[in-house]
Amino acid sequence: MSNKDIEYSSVSEVAGPLMVVEGIKDVAYNEVVKIRTASGEERTGQVLEAFMDKAIVQVFEGTKGLDTKNTSARFIGETMKLGVAKDILGRVFDGTGNPIDDAPPIIPDDRRDINGNPINPYAREYPREFIQTGISTIDGLNTLVRGQKLPIFSGAGLPHNEMAAQIARQARVLGREETFAVVFCAMGITAEEANLFIKDFENTGALERTVMFLNLADDPTIERIILPRMALTCAEYLAFDLNMQVLIILTDLTNYAEALREIAAAREEVPGRRGYPGYMYTDLATIYERAGRIKGKKGSITQIPMLTMPDDDITHPIPDLTGYITEGQIVLNRGLHKKDIYPPVAVLPCLSRLMDRGIGKDRTREDHAGVSNQLYAAYAEGCDLRDLVAIVGEDALSDRDRKFLKFADEFEKKFVTQDTHENRSIIDTLTIGWKLLSELPKSELKKIDEKYIEKYFPKKDKKE
Amino acid sequence: MTKELQKGKIVRISGPVIEADGMRGAKMYDVVRVGEANLIGEIIRLDKDNAIIQVYEDTVGLKPGEKVISTGMPLSVELGPGLLTNIYDGIQRPLPGIYEKTGDFIERGVEVPALDRNKKWHFKPLLKAGDMVNGCDVIGEVQETSIILHKIIVPPDVSGKILKIYKEGDYTVEDDIALVSTDKGDIKLQMMQKWPVRKPRPIAKKFDPTLPLITGQRIIDTFFPVAKGGTAAIPGGFGTGKTVMLHQLAKWSDAQVVIYVGCGERGNEMTDVLREFPELEDPKSGEPLMNRTVLIANTSNMPVAARDASVYTGITIAEYYRDMGYDVALMADSTSRLAEAMREISGRLEEMPGEEGYPAYLASRLAEFYERAGRVRLLGSKDREGSVSVMGAVSPPGGDFSEPVAQNTLRIVKVFWALDADLADRRHFPSINWLKSYSLYLDEIKDWWGKEIGKDWLKLRNKAMALLQKESELEEIVKLVGPDALPPRERALLESARMIREDFLQQSAFHEIDTYCPGKKQYEMLRLALDFSDKIQHAVEKNVHMDDILAMKSCENLARMKTVPNREFGKRFVEIEKEMDKELEALIKRGD
Repeated sequence: MSNKDIEYSSVSEVAGPLMVVEGIKDVAYNEVVKIRTASGEERTGQVLEAFMDKAIVQVFEGTKGLDTKNTSARFIGETMKLGVAKDILGRVFDGTGNPIDDAPPIIPDDRRDINGNPINPYAREYPREFIQTGISTIDGLNTLVRGQKLPIFSGAGLPHNEMAAQIARQARVLGREETFAVVFCAMGITAEEANLFIKDFENTGALERTVMFLNLADDPTIERIILPRMALTCAEYLAFDLNMQVLIILTDLTNYAEALREIAAAREEVPGRRGYPGYMYTDLATIYERAGRIKGKKGSITQIPMLTMPDDDITHPIPDLTGYITEGQIVLNRGLHKKDIYPPVAVLPCLSRLMDRGIGKDRTREDHAGVSNQLYAAYAEGCDLRDLVAIVGEDALSDRDRKFLKFADEFEKKFVTQDTHENRSIIDTLTIGWKLLSELPKSELKKIDEKYIEKYFPKKDKKE
Repeated sequence: MTKELQKGKIVRISGPVIEADGMRGAKMYDVVRVGEANLIGEIIRLDKDNAIIQVYEDTVGLKPGEKVISTGMPLSVELGPGLLTNIYDGIQRPLPGIYEKTGDFIERGVEVPALDRNKKWHFKPLLKAGDMVNGCDVIGEVQETSIILHKIIVPPDVSGKILKIYKEGDYTVEDDIALVSTDKGDIKLQMMQKWPVRKPRPIAKKFDPTLPLITGQRIIDTFFPVAKGGTAAIPGGFGTGKTVMLHQLAKWSDAQVVIYVGCGERGNEMTDVLREFPELEDPKSGEPLMNRTVLIANTSNMPVAARDASVYTGITIAEYYRDMGYDVALMADSTSRLAEAMREISGRLEEMPGEEGYPAYLASRLAEFYERAGRVRLLGSKDREGSVSVMGAVSPPGGDFSEPVAQNTLRIVKVFWALDADLADRRHFPSINWLKSYSLYLDEIKDWWGKEIGKDWLKLRNKAMALLQKESELEEIVKLVGPDALPPRERALLESARMIREDFLQQSAFHEIDTYCPGKKQYEMLRLALDFSDKIQHAVEKNVHMDDILAMKSCENLARMKTVPNREFGKRFVEIEKEMDKELEALIKRGD
C-alpha cells in the first residue's frame, strides 16, 4: 500500500511551527505533508528531518489548533510543486500556491519542484544588456542589466516600494520593444503596501503580464519560506520556457529571514549571528542565485529583492549576507529622505557589479564609465568636505574645495532628485552629469579619458 | 582485486547530513554512494555500526531505508592531461559534461569522469627501458595546451626500474604508457593518476620564497608583494572588490598555471571568467589565458557539503602541476564560505560550537590548507623546483576583521591585503588600505627587485610608505584647522601623498592599459612621483606658491602616467620628467 493513502494519527509533539509524527515509514526528506486538524481543517507541511519511524514536520499555516490526539497527517509522496501554465499570467496566489483571485484554478501544463536545481555556471550567459530604469542614480551610477540581482536596502518608512514600482513601470531594454513580465512576491508586507503595487500595475495596464504571490502581514509566517521559491519557479517557467523577460520583485526579505530564524529556534539549532541560523547564507543564495540568463535562451530573470535594514544597520546579518550574494545593492538613506530627496539613494555605498560590462560604446555611451567614476569621486570628496566644514567653517576652505562642496549639494538636488513619474533616458542622465562636472576645474576630471572630455564637456562659452 | 564493500541503509536525513547504519568496517573519509539516486557523499564520523555522511548533492526526496554503499576509497581527484581550460564542480565533475547530460540545470546523481576517456593525447617518452625512476620523476610529456607542456610524472609512491615504456604516439589517459618493476611488484603506469584530496602530495624539502610573484598590480607588487610559493589573504566586506582583485591576480600573475576556485560565490562570476579568459592574452606568451587555467566552481546555490571539497580539489590539482616543476597560483574565493560550510555541517552533527558557532577545528583546517602552499624541492631523482602560491579571499560579516575566519587566517598567511569600504565607496580601486596591509616577504624578495628592476627599489618603496603615513597624521590636524592653515611644506607633502594615492595606488582593472602594469613601469612611476615630491618641497622653500605648482601642466602629465602604453613609457616618462623640471625651474625663477 502506498504511503499516500495512510492517514497517520500518531502526532507525538507540537512545538512552535513544528510537529513530530511517529510510527511512520518510508517518508522522504522534504516531502509534503497534508495535515488534518481536530476540527477537520486541512493544512500543509514539509518534512524537515526524516528518521526510520519518525519525521519532523514544519507546518506552513502555523500549529495553532493542532493536538496530539486527533490531528492526522498524510505524506503525499512528493516534494512541494507548483503547477505552471501559460495562463498563469495575470493571476494572484496565496502562500501555498492556491489562487485567491476568484478565477478558476489553472490547468497546469507541468508541475515543477519549487526548489529548482542550480543553473550550471557553464550554461549561463553573462548578463550585459543595459536596462533603462529611468532613474538616474541607477542608470548612470549603478546600472542594472538583464539577468542581474540588484537588491534595494531600505529602512522602515523609506519609499522603497514607490521606487520598486517605478522600476517595474519604467524598465526597458534599450532598442527593443519587449516589455517585462513582472512576478511580484510579497512576504509579510501589509495589505496597504501590496495595494500600492497592485494599483500601479492596474493603472499602467501591467496587470495582465503580472503574476502575484501574496503572503501578507497577517498570513502564516512559515509560508514565507516557500513563497519566494514558488515565485521563482514561476519566473523560471516564464523566462526559460516561454522566452519572456521577467522582472521579479521580492519584498520583504527581512520577513523571510525572520521566518527562517523562527524555525531554526524551534529546532533548537546552534544559532549564528544574532540568532539567525548558520546556513542563512546558503539558504538566501538558493533564492538570489535563481536569477540570470542561459545560453541559447531568449528569456531572462532580473531580480529586485527588497529588504528593510533593522535600525538602518547595513552590517546586520540580513543585508550583509545579501550583499555577499547579490550583484550589488541600492542603499536608501534616511538623511536624504528627510531632506525631501526622492529617490533617497545614498549613492556612495551603492554598487552594481555587472555595470562595467553592461555600459559603454554600443550599450549606453562611450563616456559612461568615466562620467560615473568621476561623479562618484567628486561626490565622495564633497561629502568629506561637509564634515570638515562643520568644524572649521567654509571660510577655511580653498577655492577648489569650495567647488567640490557646492558640487555635492547640486548633485543631490539635480542628479539624485527626480519625480516618481519622471522617466529619464540614459542620455539625459549623462547630460545632467556632465553639466554638474563642468562646474569643477577641468584638470580635476582625472577619471575621464581626455578624448571624451574633448567631445562631451559642455561648451559654456558658446551658450553664454 | 575485489574487496567486500560496506553496504548499509539510511536511518536519518537532516539537510546535507545523513546517518546510515550497517556501516561497520567503512573508513573515515571514504566516499559513499547514497540512495537510489546514487548521490555522492563522504563519511565524516563513525559510531559503532553507524556512519555520519555529508552528501555532496541535494538530499531532497531521499528516504530512510534507502541503501548506502561505501566505495572504500577516499575522495580523490583524477590528474592527467585535460585539466587545463576545464571547469569542474567541487568534486571534480566537469561542468560541460554535466551540461551535456542534464542541460541548463545541474541535476543529481550525474556521473561524468573528470578527464575525457576517449580523447587521445600525443605522448612523447623521455626515458627508456632500464632507467631507474623515483616518485615524481618525469617519464614523458604531452603538449596539453599551447602554453603548457604537461610532464607525465611517476606517481609519488612508485619507484623502481622501467621495464617497458611505450613509443611516441597517441594514447588516451587510461592507456598504459609504461611498466615499472617495484618492490611491490610490476606496476603499469597510465597518463592519469589519482590522488586523495585531503592528503598533501609529498615533497623533498620546503625552501624560503625568494622570488616575487609579479601580478602587474602596483599596490601589490610595489607595496605589499607576495612571493612565489607564498600565501596571502584578502579580506573585505561586500563590494570592496575582492573578486575583481582575485580575477586580476588570476589574469596577470606570472605563474605558469593558475587554479581558480569559486567557493560559494556567484554563478555569474564563474561565467565571467569562462567568457573572458579565452579572449585575454597572457602578457608573456600572447596565448589565451584560459590555456593555463583550471576553474573549480561550487557556486553559492550548489550543495554546501562540496564547498570544502572544492578547495581541496583545487589545491591537489595545483600540487600536481607543481610536481611537474611549474609555478602555480591558486585563488580561493572565498574561504569564509568554506568556513561557513564547516559550521553548517558541524551544527548538524551537534558538535560543541567554538567562537561564533564555528567548529573548534576551524583554525587547524585553515592552517592545513594554507600550509600546502610553498616553494619546494620536488621528489624525484633530479634537482627540480616548483611552487604553489595561495591567495584566499575572506568575507567577514559586516566587514569586521575581528571575526574568527579573518583572525585565524591572518595568523597563518604572510601577506594581508586589507580591503577598505571607505575607499571602495569613493571608487578608489583597488581598495587596499595601505596603512593596515602588510607583507612579510619584503626582505626575501628585495634582492630580486634590486637586481632586476632598480637598485633603490626598497628605498623608494619605504619612502612612499613614510609619506603616506605622514599624510594620515596630518589629516588629523587638517580636520581641526583646515588645509589652508598648514605651512607650505606640509601642504606640499599632502599634495605629494595625494599624487601617490591617486596616480600610483589607484589602478583600473577595466582600463585596457592600466589593468596590467609591468614591474619596470611601476618602478619608474614611483620614482617620478617621489622626484616630484622632493622637487616641490624644494620649490616651496624658495617661496613658490602651492597653487602655482598645482596649475602646472606636469601635474596632469603625472596623473596620466598610468595610461601611457606599456611599450612606450620609457620615452614618454623622460619627456614628462624634463617638462616637470622646466616648469618648476621657471616658477622658482619667477619667485626669486
